[in-house]
Amino acid sequence: MTRALARMAVWRLVFTVPLLFAVTLGMFALAKASPFDPVRQYLGDRAVVTSPEVVAQIRENWGLDRPVAEQYLTWLGNLVQGDLGDSRSMHRPVAEVIGERIGWTLLAVSCALVLMLLVSLAVGALAAWRRDSWLDRLISGTAYANEAAPVFWVALIVIWVFAVQLRWLPPGGLTDPAATTLEAGDVLRHMILPVAVLAFSQSSWLLLFVRESLIATLREDFVLGARARGLRERTVIVRHALRSALLPFITLLGARIPELVTGAILVESVFSWPGVASASVQAALAADFPLLAALTLLATLAVVLGNLLADSAYVIADPRVRVLGVS
Amino acid sequence: MRTSERIAAGVLVALALAVLLVPLVAQLDQQLVDLRAANQGPSLAHPFGTDEVGRDVLLRVVYGLRVSLLIGLVAALVSVTVGTVAGLTAGALGGAADRVIMRVVDGFNSVPHLLFGIFIVALFSPSATAVVASVGLTHWTTAARIVRSEVLTLRARPFVDAAISGGSSRLRVVRRHFLPHLLPHIALASVLMVPHAIWHETALSFLGLGLPPHLASLGNMINDGARSLLAGNWWASLFPGLFILLPTLAISVLVQHWRDRANPRRRSELQL
Repeated sequence: MTRALARMAVWRLVFTVPLLFAVTLGMFALAKASPFDPVRQYLGDRAVVTSPEVVAQIRENWGLDRPVAEQYLTWLGNLVQGDLGDSRSMHRPVAEVIGERIGWTLLAVSCALVLMLLVSLAVGALAAWRRDSWLDRLISGTAYANEAAPVFWVALIVIWVFAVQLRWLPPGGLTDPAATTLEAGDVLRHMILPVAVLAFSQSSWLLLFVRESLIATLREDFVLGARARGLRERTVIVRHALRSALLPFITLLGARIPELVTGAILVESVFSWPGVASASVQAALAADFPLLAALTLLATLAVVLGNLLADSAYVIADPRVRVLGVS
Repeated sequence: MRTSERIAAGVLVALALAVLLVPLVAQLDQQLVDLRAANQGPSLAHPFGTDEVGRDVLLRVVYGLRVSLLIGLVAALVSVTVGTVAGLTAGALGGAADRVIMRVVDGFNSVPHLLFGIFIVALFSPSATAVVASVGLTHWTTAARIVRSEVLTLRARPFVDAAISGGSSRLRVVRRHFLPHLLPHIALASVLMVPHAIWHETALSFLGLGLPPHLASLGNMINDGARSLLAGNWWASLFPGLFILLPTLAISVLVQHWRDRANPRRRSELQL
Protein backbone atom coordinates (compact mmCIF):
# COMPACT_ATOMS: atom_id res chain seq x y z
CA MET A 1 0.00 0.00 0.00
CA THR A 2 2.77 2.43 0.90
CA ARG A 3 4.43 1.73 -2.43
CA ALA A 4 1.31 2.43 -4.42
CA LEU A 5 0.75 5.56 -2.40
CA ALA A 6 4.31 6.78 -2.87
CA ARG A 7 4.12 6.11 -6.59
CA MET A 8 0.93 8.11 -6.91
CA ALA A 9 2.35 10.97 -4.84
CA VAL A 10 5.54 11.11 -6.91
CA TRP A 11 3.56 11.08 -10.16
CA ARG A 12 1.36 13.89 -8.95
CA LEU A 13 4.34 15.96 -7.88
CA VAL A 14 6.05 15.35 -11.22
CA PHE A 15 2.95 16.74 -12.93
CA THR A 16 2.84 19.69 -10.57
CA VAL A 17 6.09 21.19 -11.86
CA PRO A 18 4.97 21.70 -15.49
CA LEU A 19 1.59 22.88 -14.20
CA LEU A 20 3.18 25.60 -12.09
CA PHE A 21 5.36 26.60 -15.04
CA ALA A 22 2.28 26.84 -17.22
CA VAL A 23 0.57 29.02 -14.60
CA THR A 24 3.58 31.37 -14.39
CA LEU A 25 3.70 31.58 -18.18
CA GLY A 26 -0.03 32.31 -18.37
CA MET A 27 0.18 35.00 -15.71
CA PHE A 28 3.19 36.61 -17.34
CA ALA A 29 1.53 36.62 -20.76
CA LEU A 30 -1.58 38.24 -19.26
CA ALA A 31 0.52 40.85 -17.50
CA LYS A 32 2.36 41.68 -20.73
CA ALA A 33 -0.90 41.90 -22.67
CA SER A 34 -2.43 44.20 -20.10
CA PRO A 35 -2.61 47.95 -20.77
CA PHE A 36 -1.19 48.72 -17.31
CA ASP A 37 2.21 50.34 -17.23
CA PRO A 38 3.83 49.29 -13.95
CA VAL A 39 6.14 52.31 -13.89
CA ARG A 40 3.25 54.73 -14.29
CA GLN A 41 1.37 52.75 -11.67
CA TYR A 42 4.36 52.99 -9.32
CA LEU A 43 4.79 56.72 -9.82
CA GLY A 44 1.10 57.51 -9.52
CA ASP A 45 0.46 61.26 -9.65
CA ARG A 46 4.18 61.92 -9.86
CA ALA A 47 4.19 60.37 -13.35
CA VAL A 48 3.20 63.73 -14.82
CA VAL A 49 6.09 65.65 -13.31
CA THR A 50 8.79 62.96 -13.50
CA SER A 51 11.31 63.54 -16.26
CA PRO A 52 11.45 60.96 -19.05
CA GLU A 53 15.09 60.17 -18.11
CA VAL A 54 14.07 59.09 -14.63
CA VAL A 55 11.22 56.98 -16.05
CA ALA A 56 13.67 55.39 -18.45
CA GLN A 57 16.03 54.75 -15.55
CA ILE A 58 13.30 52.98 -13.58
CA ARG A 59 12.37 50.92 -16.62
CA GLU A 60 15.99 49.90 -16.96
CA ASN A 61 16.32 49.10 -13.26
CA TRP A 62 13.25 46.88 -13.43
CA GLY A 63 14.50 45.28 -16.63
CA LEU A 64 11.40 46.40 -18.56
CA ASP A 65 13.51 47.45 -21.56
CA ARG A 66 14.67 43.86 -22.15
CA PRO A 67 13.02 41.42 -24.55
CA VAL A 68 9.85 39.84 -23.14
CA ALA A 69 11.29 36.31 -23.13
CA GLU A 70 14.29 37.50 -21.15
CA GLN A 71 12.03 39.31 -18.66
CA TYR A 72 10.04 36.14 -18.16
CA LEU A 73 13.13 34.00 -17.65
CA THR A 74 14.60 36.49 -15.19
CA TRP A 75 11.37 36.57 -13.22
CA LEU A 76 11.05 32.79 -13.32
CA GLY A 77 14.70 32.36 -12.29
CA ASN A 78 14.13 34.65 -9.31
CA LEU A 79 10.96 32.74 -8.36
CA VAL A 80 12.76 29.40 -8.47
CA GLN A 81 15.49 30.80 -6.26
CA GLY A 82 12.85 31.93 -3.80
CA ASP A 83 13.01 35.63 -4.65
CA LEU A 84 9.37 36.62 -5.10
CA GLY A 85 10.16 40.24 -5.88
CA ASP A 86 8.84 43.38 -4.20
CA SER A 87 5.20 44.20 -3.67
CA ARG A 88 4.59 47.48 -5.46
CA SER A 89 1.54 48.41 -3.42
CA MET A 90 2.88 47.54 0.03
CA HIS A 91 6.47 48.60 -0.79
CA ARG A 92 7.94 45.52 0.85
CA PRO A 93 9.30 42.18 -0.32
CA VAL A 94 6.48 39.84 -1.36
CA ALA A 95 7.92 37.01 0.75
CA GLU A 96 7.69 39.24 3.83
CA VAL A 97 4.08 40.19 3.12
CA ILE A 98 3.07 36.56 2.62
CA GLY A 99 5.08 35.36 5.62
CA GLU A 100 3.37 37.88 7.85
CA ARG A 101 -0.15 37.13 6.63
CA ILE A 102 -0.27 33.43 5.85
CA GLY A 103 -0.45 32.44 9.51
CA TRP A 104 -3.69 34.36 9.98
CA THR A 105 -5.23 32.77 6.91
CA LEU A 106 -4.21 29.27 7.97
CA LEU A 107 -5.56 29.88 11.46
CA ALA A 108 -8.94 31.12 10.25
CA VAL A 109 -9.30 28.52 7.50
CA SER A 110 -8.35 25.54 9.64
CA CYS A 111 -10.71 26.59 12.44
CA ALA A 112 -13.45 27.04 9.84
CA LEU A 113 -12.74 23.59 8.38
CA VAL A 114 -12.97 21.87 11.76
CA LEU A 115 -16.17 23.72 12.62
CA MET A 116 -17.67 22.96 9.23
CA LEU A 117 -16.87 19.24 9.52
CA LEU A 118 -18.33 18.89 12.98
CA VAL A 119 -21.47 20.86 12.29
CA SER A 120 -22.29 19.42 8.90
CA LEU A 121 -21.67 15.86 10.07
CA ALA A 122 -23.95 16.28 13.04
CA VAL A 123 -26.66 18.27 11.26
CA GLY A 124 -26.51 16.18 8.09
CA ALA A 125 -26.85 12.97 10.10
CA LEU A 126 -29.76 14.48 12.01
CA ALA A 127 -31.53 15.39 8.78
CA ALA A 128 -31.00 11.91 7.34
CA TRP A 129 -32.19 10.21 10.51
CA ARG A 130 -35.35 12.33 10.69
CA ARG A 131 -35.87 12.17 6.95
CA ASP A 132 -38.88 14.06 5.52
CA SER A 133 -39.79 15.58 8.86
CA TRP A 134 -40.16 19.35 9.25
CA LEU A 135 -36.67 19.37 10.77
CA ASP A 136 -35.20 17.72 7.69
CA ARG A 137 -37.05 20.17 5.45
CA LEU A 138 -35.76 23.10 7.46
CA ILE A 139 -32.18 21.83 7.37
CA SER A 140 -32.14 20.93 3.67
CA GLY A 141 -33.96 24.12 2.74
CA THR A 142 -31.45 26.26 4.61
CA ALA A 143 -28.59 24.35 3.01
CA TYR A 144 -29.98 24.89 -0.50
CA ALA A 145 -30.57 28.58 0.16
CA ASN A 146 -27.08 28.88 1.62
CA GLU A 147 -25.66 27.35 -1.55
CA ALA A 148 -27.36 30.04 -3.59
CA ALA A 149 -26.51 32.93 -1.27
CA PRO A 150 -23.31 34.88 -1.94
CA VAL A 151 -20.99 34.49 1.05
CA PHE A 152 -20.13 38.20 1.20
CA TRP A 153 -23.82 38.99 1.54
CA VAL A 154 -24.27 36.42 4.31
CA ALA A 155 -21.24 37.96 6.01
CA LEU A 156 -22.85 41.41 5.89
CA ILE A 157 -26.09 40.10 7.39
CA VAL A 158 -24.14 38.39 10.14
CA ILE A 159 -22.22 41.62 10.85
CA TRP A 160 -25.47 43.54 11.02
CA VAL A 161 -27.07 41.08 13.44
CA PHE A 162 -24.15 40.29 15.75
CA ALA A 163 -22.02 43.42 15.56
CA VAL A 164 -24.45 46.25 14.86
CA GLN A 165 -27.69 45.16 16.50
CA LEU A 166 -26.66 42.84 19.32
CA ARG A 167 -23.14 44.30 19.75
CA TRP A 168 -21.86 40.92 20.88
CA LEU A 169 -18.84 40.73 18.62
CA PRO A 170 -16.61 43.14 16.69
CA PRO A 171 -17.50 43.69 12.99
CA GLY A 172 -13.99 43.08 11.69
CA GLY A 173 -10.25 43.43 12.00
CA LEU A 174 -7.79 41.33 13.95
CA THR A 175 -7.67 43.24 17.23
CA ASP A 176 -9.38 46.10 18.92
CA PRO A 177 -8.44 49.40 17.19
CA ALA A 178 -7.14 50.70 20.53
CA ALA A 179 -5.10 47.60 21.30
CA THR A 180 -1.33 47.97 21.12
CA THR A 181 -0.42 44.33 21.68
CA LEU A 182 -1.71 41.08 20.26
CA GLU A 183 -3.78 39.31 22.88
CA ALA A 184 -5.19 35.84 22.36
CA GLY A 185 -8.58 36.67 23.83
CA ASP A 186 -8.98 39.75 21.67
CA VAL A 187 -7.97 37.90 18.48
CA LEU A 188 -10.33 35.07 19.40
CA ARG A 189 -13.25 37.46 19.72
CA HIS A 190 -12.45 38.96 16.32
CA MET A 191 -12.11 35.51 14.83
CA ILE A 192 -15.51 34.12 15.74
CA LEU A 193 -17.61 35.83 13.06
CA PRO A 194 -15.28 35.30 10.06
CA VAL A 195 -14.65 31.67 11.01
CA ALA A 196 -18.35 30.99 11.53
CA VAL A 197 -19.33 32.61 8.22
CA LEU A 198 -16.60 30.75 6.30
CA ALA A 199 -17.61 27.45 7.91
CA PHE A 200 -21.31 28.08 7.25
CA SER A 201 -20.73 29.02 3.62
CA GLN A 202 -18.71 25.88 2.99
CA SER A 203 -20.95 23.56 4.96
CA SER A 204 -24.04 23.12 2.80
CA TRP A 205 -22.60 20.80 0.14
CA LEU A 206 -21.10 18.56 2.83
CA LEU A 207 -24.28 18.59 4.88
CA LEU A 208 -26.40 17.65 1.87
CA PHE A 209 -23.84 15.05 0.88
CA VAL A 210 -23.82 13.48 4.36
CA ARG A 211 -27.61 13.46 4.36
CA GLU A 212 -27.99 11.76 1.01
CA SER A 213 -25.14 9.35 1.54
CA LEU A 214 -26.47 8.36 4.93
CA ILE A 215 -30.01 7.87 3.63
CA ALA A 216 -28.62 5.51 0.99
CA THR A 217 -26.48 3.66 3.53
CA LEU A 218 -29.31 3.27 6.03
CA ARG A 219 -30.98 0.94 3.51
CA GLU A 220 -27.99 -1.38 3.28
CA ASP A 221 -28.08 -4.88 4.71
CA PHE A 222 -25.40 -4.34 7.30
CA VAL A 223 -27.44 -1.54 8.85
CA LEU A 224 -30.47 -3.79 8.91
CA GLY A 225 -28.22 -6.43 10.49
CA ALA A 226 -27.03 -4.02 13.14
CA ARG A 227 -30.60 -3.04 13.94
CA ALA A 228 -31.68 -6.67 14.00
CA ARG A 229 -28.98 -7.40 16.55
CA GLY A 230 -30.76 -4.87 18.75
CA LEU A 231 -28.08 -2.19 18.76
CA ARG A 232 -29.04 1.26 19.89
CA GLU A 233 -30.14 3.66 17.15
CA ARG A 234 -27.26 6.01 17.93
CA THR A 235 -24.73 3.22 17.59
CA VAL A 236 -26.25 2.12 14.32
CA ILE A 237 -26.11 5.62 12.87
CA VAL A 238 -22.75 6.74 14.16
CA ARG A 239 -20.72 3.53 14.21
CA HIS A 240 -22.14 1.66 11.26
CA ALA A 241 -23.92 3.85 8.74
CA LEU A 242 -22.03 7.13 9.04
CA ARG A 243 -18.68 5.43 8.78
CA SER A 244 -19.47 3.81 5.49
CA ALA A 245 -21.29 6.85 4.15
CA LEU A 246 -18.26 9.05 4.71
CA LEU A 247 -15.77 7.31 2.44
CA PRO A 248 -16.25 9.36 -0.74
CA PHE A 249 -16.37 12.56 1.22
CA ILE A 250 -12.64 12.51 1.87
CA THR A 251 -11.96 12.98 -1.84
CA LEU A 252 -14.68 15.58 -2.14
CA LEU A 253 -13.11 17.60 0.63
CA GLY A 254 -9.75 17.79 -1.13
CA ALA A 255 -11.46 18.77 -4.35
CA ARG A 256 -13.17 21.67 -2.58
CA ILE A 257 -9.96 23.62 -1.95
CA PRO A 258 -10.71 26.10 -4.81
CA GLU A 259 -14.06 26.94 -3.20
CA LEU A 260 -12.33 27.30 0.15
CA VAL A 261 -9.86 29.77 -1.37
CA THR A 262 -12.76 31.71 -2.94
CA GLY A 263 -14.60 31.77 0.38
CA ALA A 264 -11.48 32.91 2.20
CA ILE A 265 -10.92 35.78 -0.26
CA LEU A 266 -14.44 37.11 0.24
CA VAL A 267 -14.73 36.52 3.97
CA GLU A 268 -11.31 37.98 4.74
CA SER A 269 -12.17 41.03 2.67
CA VAL A 270 -15.50 41.63 4.38
CA PHE A 271 -14.07 41.21 7.88
CA SER A 272 -10.77 43.01 7.09
CA TRP A 273 -8.96 39.91 8.29
CA PRO A 274 -5.24 40.48 7.60
CA GLY A 275 -4.59 37.21 5.76
CA VAL A 276 -3.14 36.35 2.37
CA ALA A 277 -6.56 35.97 0.77
CA SER A 278 -7.57 39.57 1.42
CA ALA A 279 -4.07 40.64 0.34
CA SER A 280 -4.87 39.30 -3.13
CA VAL A 281 -7.76 41.76 -3.40
CA GLN A 282 -5.58 44.64 -2.21
CA ALA A 283 -2.90 43.62 -4.69
CA ALA A 284 -5.49 43.46 -7.47
CA LEU A 285 -6.89 46.89 -6.65
CA ALA A 286 -3.37 48.31 -6.94
CA ALA A 287 -2.47 46.15 -10.00
CA ASP A 288 0.44 44.84 -7.93
CA PHE A 289 1.65 42.07 -10.23
CA PRO A 290 4.48 40.53 -8.12
CA LEU A 291 2.25 40.05 -5.07
CA LEU A 292 -0.79 38.90 -7.05
CA ALA A 293 1.30 36.43 -9.06
CA ALA A 294 2.89 34.97 -5.93
CA LEU A 295 -0.51 34.59 -4.25
CA THR A 296 -2.00 32.94 -7.34
CA LEU A 297 0.88 30.45 -7.41
CA LEU A 298 0.39 29.80 -3.72
CA ALA A 299 -3.32 29.10 -4.26
CA THR A 300 -2.56 26.79 -7.18
CA LEU A 301 -0.10 24.88 -5.03
CA ALA A 302 -2.75 24.58 -2.31
CA VAL A 303 -5.24 23.14 -4.82
CA VAL A 304 -2.73 20.60 -6.13
CA LEU A 305 -1.71 19.55 -2.62
CA GLY A 306 -5.37 19.30 -1.64
CA ASN A 307 -6.03 16.90 -4.50
CA LEU A 308 -2.97 14.86 -3.58
CA LEU A 309 -3.96 14.64 0.08
CA ALA A 310 -7.50 13.69 -0.86
CA ASP A 311 -6.37 10.88 -3.13
CA SER A 312 -3.86 9.58 -0.58
CA ALA A 313 -6.45 9.66 2.16
CA TYR A 314 -8.80 7.72 -0.08
CA VAL A 315 -6.18 5.07 -0.80
CA ILE A 316 -5.55 4.68 2.93
CA ALA A 317 -9.21 4.70 3.93
CA ASP A 318 -10.70 2.41 1.29
CA PRO A 319 -9.11 -1.02 1.01
CA ARG A 320 -10.91 -1.62 -2.29
CA VAL A 321 -8.94 1.14 -4.00
CA ARG A 322 -5.75 -0.40 -2.64
CA VAL A 323 -6.44 -3.90 -3.79
CA LEU A 324 -7.65 -2.93 -7.24
CA GLY A 325 -4.90 -0.35 -7.57
CA VAL A 326 -7.24 2.29 -8.90
CA SER A 327 -5.04 5.18 -7.93
CA MET B 1 -45.87 20.21 -11.36
CA ARG B 2 -45.08 20.38 -7.68
CA THR B 3 -45.59 23.45 -5.54
CA SER B 4 -41.90 24.28 -5.21
CA GLU B 5 -41.56 24.05 -8.96
CA ARG B 6 -44.49 26.39 -9.47
CA ILE B 7 -43.11 28.92 -7.02
CA ALA B 8 -39.69 28.78 -8.66
CA ALA B 9 -41.14 29.27 -12.13
CA GLY B 10 -43.33 32.10 -10.81
CA VAL B 11 -40.33 33.84 -9.24
CA LEU B 12 -38.36 33.64 -12.48
CA VAL B 13 -41.27 34.94 -14.56
CA ALA B 14 -41.88 37.79 -12.10
CA LEU B 15 -38.21 38.78 -12.12
CA ALA B 16 -38.06 38.61 -15.90
CA LEU B 17 -41.15 40.79 -16.18
CA ALA B 18 -39.75 43.31 -13.70
CA VAL B 19 -36.47 43.49 -15.56
CA LEU B 20 -38.21 43.94 -18.90
CA LEU B 21 -41.13 46.19 -17.95
CA VAL B 22 -39.92 48.45 -15.15
CA PRO B 23 -37.49 50.40 -17.38
CA LEU B 24 -40.50 51.31 -19.55
CA VAL B 25 -42.23 52.92 -16.57
CA ALA B 26 -39.46 54.31 -14.39
CA GLN B 27 -36.17 55.71 -15.60
CA LEU B 28 -33.08 55.38 -13.49
CA ASP B 29 -30.82 58.38 -13.22
CA GLN B 30 -27.44 56.84 -12.38
CA GLN B 31 -26.02 60.12 -11.12
CA LEU B 32 -29.02 61.22 -9.05
CA VAL B 33 -28.12 62.31 -5.55
CA ASP B 34 -30.75 63.43 -3.05
CA LEU B 35 -29.04 63.75 0.31
CA ARG B 36 -32.25 64.83 2.07
CA ALA B 37 -33.65 61.37 1.33
CA ALA B 38 -30.45 59.48 2.24
CA ASN B 39 -30.51 56.30 4.34
CA GLN B 40 -34.27 56.06 4.73
CA GLY B 41 -35.68 52.75 5.88
CA PRO B 42 -38.29 50.83 3.88
CA SER B 43 -41.51 52.83 3.55
CA LEU B 44 -44.46 53.09 1.18
CA ALA B 45 -42.63 55.62 -0.99
CA HIS B 46 -39.45 53.54 -1.01
CA PRO B 47 -40.39 49.88 -0.31
CA PHE B 48 -36.69 48.87 -0.15
CA GLY B 49 -35.54 52.15 1.43
CA THR B 50 -32.92 54.52 0.04
CA ASP B 51 -29.13 54.26 -0.09
CA GLU B 52 -26.47 56.54 1.35
CA VAL B 53 -26.99 59.20 -1.31
CA GLY B 54 -30.78 58.97 -1.34
CA ARG B 55 -31.39 56.73 -4.36
CA ASP B 56 -34.35 54.37 -4.32
CA VAL B 57 -33.03 50.86 -3.63
CA LEU B 58 -35.96 49.07 -5.29
CA LEU B 59 -35.49 50.80 -8.63
CA ARG B 60 -31.74 50.32 -8.48
CA VAL B 61 -32.17 46.62 -7.61
CA VAL B 62 -34.31 46.09 -10.71
CA TYR B 63 -31.77 47.89 -12.89
CA GLY B 64 -28.94 46.07 -11.13
CA LEU B 65 -30.59 42.73 -11.81
CA ARG B 66 -30.85 43.76 -15.45
CA VAL B 67 -27.13 44.52 -15.66
CA SER B 68 -26.15 41.40 -13.73
CA LEU B 69 -28.46 39.17 -15.79
CA LEU B 70 -27.13 40.58 -19.04
CA ILE B 71 -23.51 40.06 -17.99
CA GLY B 72 -24.37 36.64 -16.60
CA LEU B 73 -26.03 35.60 -19.88
CA VAL B 74 -23.19 36.84 -22.06
CA ALA B 75 -20.53 35.31 -19.81
CA ALA B 76 -22.40 31.99 -19.68
CA LEU B 77 -22.76 32.02 -23.45
CA VAL B 78 -19.04 32.72 -23.92
CA SER B 79 -17.91 30.04 -21.50
CA VAL B 80 -20.32 27.38 -22.78
CA THR B 81 -19.38 28.12 -26.40
CA VAL B 82 -15.66 27.88 -25.69
CA GLY B 83 -16.25 24.78 -23.57
CA THR B 84 -18.37 23.09 -26.25
CA VAL B 85 -15.77 23.70 -28.95
CA ALA B 86 -12.98 22.43 -26.69
CA GLY B 87 -14.96 19.41 -25.48
CA LEU B 88 -16.11 18.49 -28.99
CA THR B 89 -12.58 18.77 -30.35
CA ALA B 90 -11.17 16.67 -27.52
CA GLY B 91 -13.88 14.03 -27.75
CA ALA B 92 -14.12 13.84 -31.54
CA LEU B 93 -10.41 13.88 -32.33
CA GLY B 94 -9.23 11.83 -29.37
CA GLY B 95 -5.57 10.88 -29.01
CA ALA B 96 -3.01 13.62 -28.50
CA ALA B 97 -5.50 16.47 -29.05
CA ASP B 98 -7.73 15.01 -26.34
CA ARG B 99 -4.85 14.66 -23.91
CA VAL B 100 -3.57 18.19 -24.52
CA ILE B 101 -7.02 19.77 -24.15
CA MET B 102 -7.81 17.84 -20.99
CA ARG B 103 -4.47 18.81 -19.43
CA VAL B 104 -5.28 22.45 -20.22
CA VAL B 105 -8.66 21.93 -18.52
CA ASP B 106 -6.89 20.49 -15.46
CA GLY B 107 -4.52 23.43 -15.49
CA PHE B 108 -7.33 25.98 -15.55
CA ASN B 109 -9.16 24.11 -12.81
CA SER B 110 -6.20 24.15 -10.46
CA VAL B 111 -6.27 27.94 -10.20
CA PRO B 112 -9.20 29.00 -7.99
CA HIS B 113 -11.74 30.67 -10.29
CA LEU B 114 -12.32 33.83 -8.32
CA LEU B 115 -8.58 34.43 -7.91
CA PHE B 116 -8.01 33.94 -11.62
CA GLY B 117 -10.90 36.28 -12.32
CA ILE B 118 -9.42 38.85 -9.94
CA PHE B 119 -6.09 38.47 -11.73
CA ILE B 120 -7.61 39.16 -15.14
CA VAL B 121 -9.75 42.07 -14.01
CA ALA B 122 -6.85 43.64 -12.09
CA LEU B 123 -4.65 43.69 -15.16
CA PHE B 124 -7.30 44.80 -17.64
CA SER B 125 -8.97 47.63 -15.72
CA PRO B 126 -12.39 46.82 -14.27
CA SER B 127 -15.13 46.87 -16.93
CA ALA B 128 -17.99 44.74 -18.18
CA THR B 129 -15.73 43.23 -20.85
CA ALA B 130 -13.10 42.28 -18.27
CA VAL B 131 -15.76 40.65 -16.09
CA VAL B 132 -17.20 38.68 -19.02
CA ALA B 133 -13.69 37.65 -20.07
CA SER B 134 -12.75 36.59 -16.56
CA VAL B 135 -15.88 34.48 -16.10
CA GLY B 136 -15.69 33.07 -19.62
CA LEU B 137 -12.02 32.15 -19.34
CA THR B 138 -12.42 30.42 -15.99
CA HIS B 139 -15.65 28.52 -16.55
CA TRP B 140 -15.41 26.95 -19.98
CA THR B 141 -13.79 23.90 -18.38
CA THR B 142 -17.05 22.64 -16.84
CA ALA B 143 -18.83 22.66 -20.19
CA ALA B 144 -15.77 21.15 -21.89
CA ARG B 145 -15.78 18.19 -19.47
CA ILE B 146 -19.50 17.56 -19.88
CA VAL B 147 -19.39 17.77 -23.67
CA ARG B 148 -16.31 15.57 -23.94
CA SER B 149 -17.72 12.80 -21.78
CA GLU B 150 -20.99 12.87 -23.74
CA VAL B 151 -19.09 12.69 -27.02
CA LEU B 152 -17.12 9.71 -25.74
CA THR B 153 -20.32 7.78 -25.00
CA LEU B 154 -21.83 8.89 -28.31
CA ARG B 155 -18.80 7.67 -30.23
CA ALA B 156 -19.45 4.14 -29.05
CA ARG B 157 -23.04 4.15 -30.38
CA PRO B 158 -23.89 2.07 -33.49
CA PHE B 159 -25.37 4.98 -35.48
CA VAL B 160 -22.03 6.76 -35.34
CA ASP B 161 -20.27 3.64 -36.62
CA ALA B 162 -22.87 3.43 -39.36
CA ALA B 163 -22.31 7.06 -40.36
CA ILE B 164 -18.55 6.64 -40.44
CA SER B 165 -18.66 3.43 -42.48
CA GLY B 166 -21.16 5.15 -44.74
CA GLY B 167 -18.41 7.59 -45.59
CA SER B 168 -19.44 10.63 -43.52
CA SER B 169 -16.65 13.09 -42.88
CA ARG B 170 -15.60 13.90 -39.32
CA LEU B 171 -17.19 17.30 -39.54
CA ARG B 172 -20.45 15.83 -40.76
CA VAL B 173 -20.51 13.32 -37.90
CA VAL B 174 -19.95 16.15 -35.44
CA ARG B 175 -22.63 18.32 -36.99
CA ARG B 176 -25.29 15.76 -37.78
CA HIS B 177 -24.79 13.17 -35.07
CA PHE B 178 -22.99 14.68 -32.11
CA LEU B 179 -24.40 18.19 -31.86
CA PRO B 180 -28.12 17.27 -31.80
CA HIS B 181 -27.49 14.81 -28.98
CA LEU B 182 -25.33 17.29 -27.13
CA LEU B 183 -27.82 20.15 -27.28
CA PRO B 184 -29.82 19.25 -24.14
CA HIS B 185 -26.60 18.88 -22.15
CA ILE B 186 -25.25 22.16 -23.51
CA ALA B 187 -28.55 23.86 -22.72
CA LEU B 188 -28.52 22.56 -19.16
CA ALA B 189 -24.90 23.62 -18.72
CA SER B 190 -25.77 27.12 -19.94
CA VAL B 191 -28.75 27.41 -17.62
CA LEU B 192 -26.62 26.37 -14.66
CA MET B 193 -23.83 28.69 -15.73
CA VAL B 194 -25.97 31.85 -15.67
CA PRO B 195 -26.42 32.05 -11.87
CA HIS B 196 -22.78 31.17 -11.43
CA ALA B 197 -21.73 33.95 -13.81
CA ILE B 198 -23.99 36.39 -11.96
CA TRP B 199 -22.38 35.31 -8.73
CA HIS B 200 -18.94 36.04 -10.19
CA GLU B 201 -19.95 39.43 -11.48
CA THR B 202 -21.38 40.41 -8.11
CA ALA B 203 -18.38 39.05 -6.21
CA LEU B 204 -15.93 40.99 -8.40
CA SER B 205 -18.03 44.16 -8.23
CA PHE B 206 -18.39 43.74 -4.49
CA LEU B 207 -14.60 43.63 -4.14
CA GLY B 208 -14.40 46.84 -6.18
CA LEU B 209 -12.95 44.95 -9.15
CA GLY B 210 -16.00 44.65 -11.35
CA LEU B 211 -18.20 47.21 -13.02
CA PRO B 212 -17.65 50.98 -12.66
CA PRO B 213 -18.86 51.98 -9.16
CA HIS B 214 -21.61 54.39 -10.23
CA LEU B 215 -23.36 51.71 -12.31
CA ALA B 216 -26.31 50.04 -10.59
CA SER B 217 -25.26 46.39 -10.47
CA LEU B 218 -26.14 44.01 -7.68
CA GLY B 219 -22.50 43.63 -6.60
CA ASN B 220 -21.87 47.38 -6.62
CA MET B 221 -25.03 47.93 -4.59
CA ILE B 222 -24.01 45.41 -1.92
CA ASN B 223 -20.61 47.08 -1.83
CA ASP B 224 -22.24 50.51 -1.37
CA GLY B 225 -24.60 49.08 1.22
CA ALA B 226 -21.72 47.59 3.20
CA ARG B 227 -20.43 51.11 3.87
CA SER B 228 -23.60 52.29 5.56
CA LEU B 229 -24.24 48.93 7.27
CA LEU B 230 -22.39 49.87 10.46
CA ALA B 231 -24.65 52.89 10.72
CA GLY B 232 -27.61 50.52 10.86
CA ASN B 233 -28.68 50.70 7.19
CA TRP B 234 -29.41 47.04 6.49
CA TRP B 235 -31.79 47.46 3.55
CA ALA B 236 -29.22 48.83 1.10
CA SER B 237 -27.28 45.55 1.16
CA LEU B 238 -30.01 43.05 2.11
CA PHE B 239 -32.31 43.58 -0.88
CA PRO B 240 -29.70 43.46 -3.66
CA GLY B 241 -28.44 40.19 -2.15
CA LEU B 242 -31.96 38.75 -2.08
CA PHE B 243 -32.15 39.41 -5.79
CA ILE B 244 -29.05 37.30 -6.36
CA LEU B 245 -30.38 34.57 -4.07
CA LEU B 246 -33.89 34.36 -5.57
CA PRO B 247 -33.10 33.63 -9.24
CA THR B 248 -30.23 31.30 -8.26
CA LEU B 249 -32.47 29.30 -5.94
CA ALA B 250 -35.34 29.24 -8.45
CA ILE B 251 -33.09 27.95 -11.22
CA SER B 252 -31.58 25.27 -9.00
CA VAL B 253 -35.06 24.09 -7.90
CA LEU B 254 -36.20 23.86 -11.53
CA VAL B 255 -33.05 22.02 -12.61
CA GLN B 256 -33.40 19.62 -9.69
CA HIS B 257 -36.96 18.74 -10.70
CA TRP B 258 -35.93 18.44 -14.32
CA ARG B 259 -33.16 16.03 -13.35
CA ASP B 260 -35.51 13.98 -11.20
CA ARG B 261 -37.86 13.69 -14.12
CA ALA B 262 -35.11 12.84 -16.59
CA ASN B 263 -33.77 10.22 -14.23
CA PRO B 264 -36.71 8.75 -12.29
CA ARG B 265 -34.65 5.87 -10.96
CA ARG B 266 -32.55 8.10 -8.74
CA ARG B 267 -35.66 9.58 -7.22
CA SER B 268 -37.39 6.30 -6.54
CA GLU B 269 -34.21 5.03 -4.93
CA LEU B 270 -34.20 7.97 -2.58
CA GLN B 271 -37.82 7.42 -1.69
CA LEU B 272 -37.48 3.75 -0.87
